[in-house]
Amino acid sequence: MLENLIWGYVYPNESEIQWSILIVLYPYITGLVAGAFIASSLYHVFGKKEIKPVARFALLTALSFLLVAMLPLLVHLGRPERGIEIMFTPHLTSAMSGFGYIFSFYLTIVVLEIWLSFREDIVNKALSSHGWKELLYSSLALFSFDISEKALHDDEKFARKLAIIGIPSAAFLHGYVGFIFGGIKANPWWSTPLMPIIFLMSAIVSGIALLILLYIAAMKIRKHVIDHKCLQSLAHYLWIFLILDVTLELLEIVSMKYASREDIDIINRLLSDKIGFTFYGVQLTLGIFIPFVLLLMVSLMKNRETLKLYMISISSIFVVIGVFAMRWNVVIGGQEISKSLSGTLTYVPVFFSQEGVLPALIIFILPFIILLVVTSILPPWKDMEEEPS
Amino acid sequence: MDITRRDFTKIGCKIIISAASGTAIVQSMFTKGIAAENPPENGGYDWEKHFWGYVVDTRKCIGCGRCANACKMENKVPFDEEVYRTWIERYRVKKTINETFEEEVVIDSPDGGIEGFVDDIPAEEVKKAFYVPKICNHCDNAPCVQVCPVGATYETKDGVVLVDYEYCIGCRYCIQGCPYGARYFNTEKGTADKCTWCYHRITKGLLPACVQACPTGARKFGDLKDNKSEVKKIMDEERITLLKPDLGTKPKVFYIGLDREVK
Ligand code: SF4
Ligand code: SF4
Repeated sequence: MLENLIWGYVYPNESEIQWSILIVLYPYITGLVAGAFIASSLYHVFGKKEIKPVARFALLTALSFLLVAMLPLLVHLGRPERGIEIMFTPHLTSAMSGFGYIFSFYLTIVVLEIWLSFREDIVNKALSSHGWKELLYSSLALFSFDISEKALHDDEKFARKLAIIGIPSAAFLHGYVGFIFGGIKANPWWSTPLMPIIFLMSAIVSGIALLILLYIAAMKIRKHVIDHKCLQSLAHYLWIFLILDVTLELLEIVSMKYASREDIDIINRLLSDKIGFTFYGVQLTLGIFIPFVLLLMVSLMKNRETLKLYMISISSIFVVIGVFAMRWNVVIGGQEISKSLSGTLTYVPVFFSQEGVLPALIIFILPFIILLVVTSILPPWKDMEEEPS
Repeated sequence: MDITRRDFTKIGCKIIISAASGTAIVQSMFTKGIAAENPPENGGYDWEKHFWGYVVDTRKCIGCGRCANACKMENKVPFDEEVYRTWIERYRVKKTINETFEEEVVIDSPDGGIEGFVDDIPAEEVKKAFYVPKICNHCDNAPCVQVCPVGATYETKDGVVLVDYEYCIGCRYCIQGCPYGARYFNTEKGTADKCTWCYHRITKGLLPACVQACPTGARKFGDLKDNKSEVKKIMDEERITLLKPDLGTKPKVFYIGLDREVK
């Protein structure tokens, strides 16, 4: 069995793949966080009014995914109980050591941002409800009930400032994840300075696509009409970021091939034998080119809202799948080539195990459940359901 | 007392700031990688006085695998798992030369070479063949040390790269970072693991088990600070090469007679 999985010569210690599907999930989830946050700042910072209906919803989405972002890493540790050492004794030359801090910082920003943008609702709820609900919302309001015009105005100003800090930190959070891979000079498939920015672009793309899907789903469930202006504007941004994303991804692969260093043979083999389908097929064609064409058509077409809705939904589904394939191709692909540069190996996912598909699935479903809970406490629906003025 | 909203924001900010500086203080109280700062507790051994180096003379290796076997026994590396602190690679360059002079090289290391090697390619098809013993290079600029998020992997003052098993969180970043495949995951401890140059032996004046076991003298170990050591002499007199020198890892395993195929 093992013979078929290994081609050529791999170092004896490499027969096992160290980073499994959980580590694929980790950059995927942080990517969705960063993307959703940046989508919300299109409204909060850049004042894109069209995005307003989903701006607060996007923040809640970012929070729900952020809360589980740490999990896949933790579950995968050999000694999870020592994981906290990353916070206490970070070894600063390691790209991984800052994770705890960046994560906490970012979490603080997202929570504050949500608090500020929901404060008026929270206070109103606290004032109008009784019993445990009153307690819940009062404590959420931190027992400060000032919602005068001026206070709200201050809130908004502060929220905007926060969002301005939020953008670079979202970019940093995810660019940094890219650097965890890009900084490994031992691995020719990872070691590229483009990695952080590629990760960031694909993160934004996946976050916007996820937001589109969640928005459509929420409106269908709540049986409310979709604000096509908002949807198409999101689709438009998705399209723009897709262009940036594909440019960088192609640039990376073209320059690798053009430079043709010592490792090019093994990279070519990786691309043809190992991840050919997931790279060219899923990541590039399904995940980028098809959505690109569909979204282009959406922006050229007049009226026909239902058709456009379908095209946007399909594009978003493809994008979300394509970005997952991209994470897969990086994390798993990079480990399927031997550092001896003379052989390849194959990752066979297992279902039931600490690092198996099952925990990955559970971790991936969690944010949706969290989102359900959070939106029931802080409903963002009124933004989506009020008539566009 | 009536707390206004503005006060609240202020208090909130204060809490955040003090929490942040609090962690910084806590952090400075902990010493990083405790083992990294304490010399081995061996009567009389001074780690400032040594700097260890390792020489592999590939021309002498006969591929018997005794070193790899001795290593597994000495360091209790499981025999039934595919994990190795040292192993032997066999390179066979085949005669089939085509017009472009491209050579076909067959590389293998069945079970790390512990059981030796069998001839599965007829001798008349092979142009040239040789063995290359491999081991952790105890790099002086070690990427595994660089990438460890908690400082559990460190280089000792006498030049040995070690893992602090009490500290390692088992993230396996170092396994990804080592360009030589020298590290593995210790499933029993839940931590990373690798060759220690038999640190428990060398600090008592003994040789690493692999060096001791080699019947041909293909593996040599010694003190680079000692001008009379065999390793230092070889360094001074022979032409030596390193594995993957372009990565800037500054290995301290020095090779004699390395062929261009070897990576
Ligand atoms: S050979 Fe690998 S494990 Fe050994 S010191 Fe160098 S990078 Fe670290
Ligand atoms: S596995 Fe252990 S030694 Fe290796 S990088 Fe992680 S914490 Fe450091």
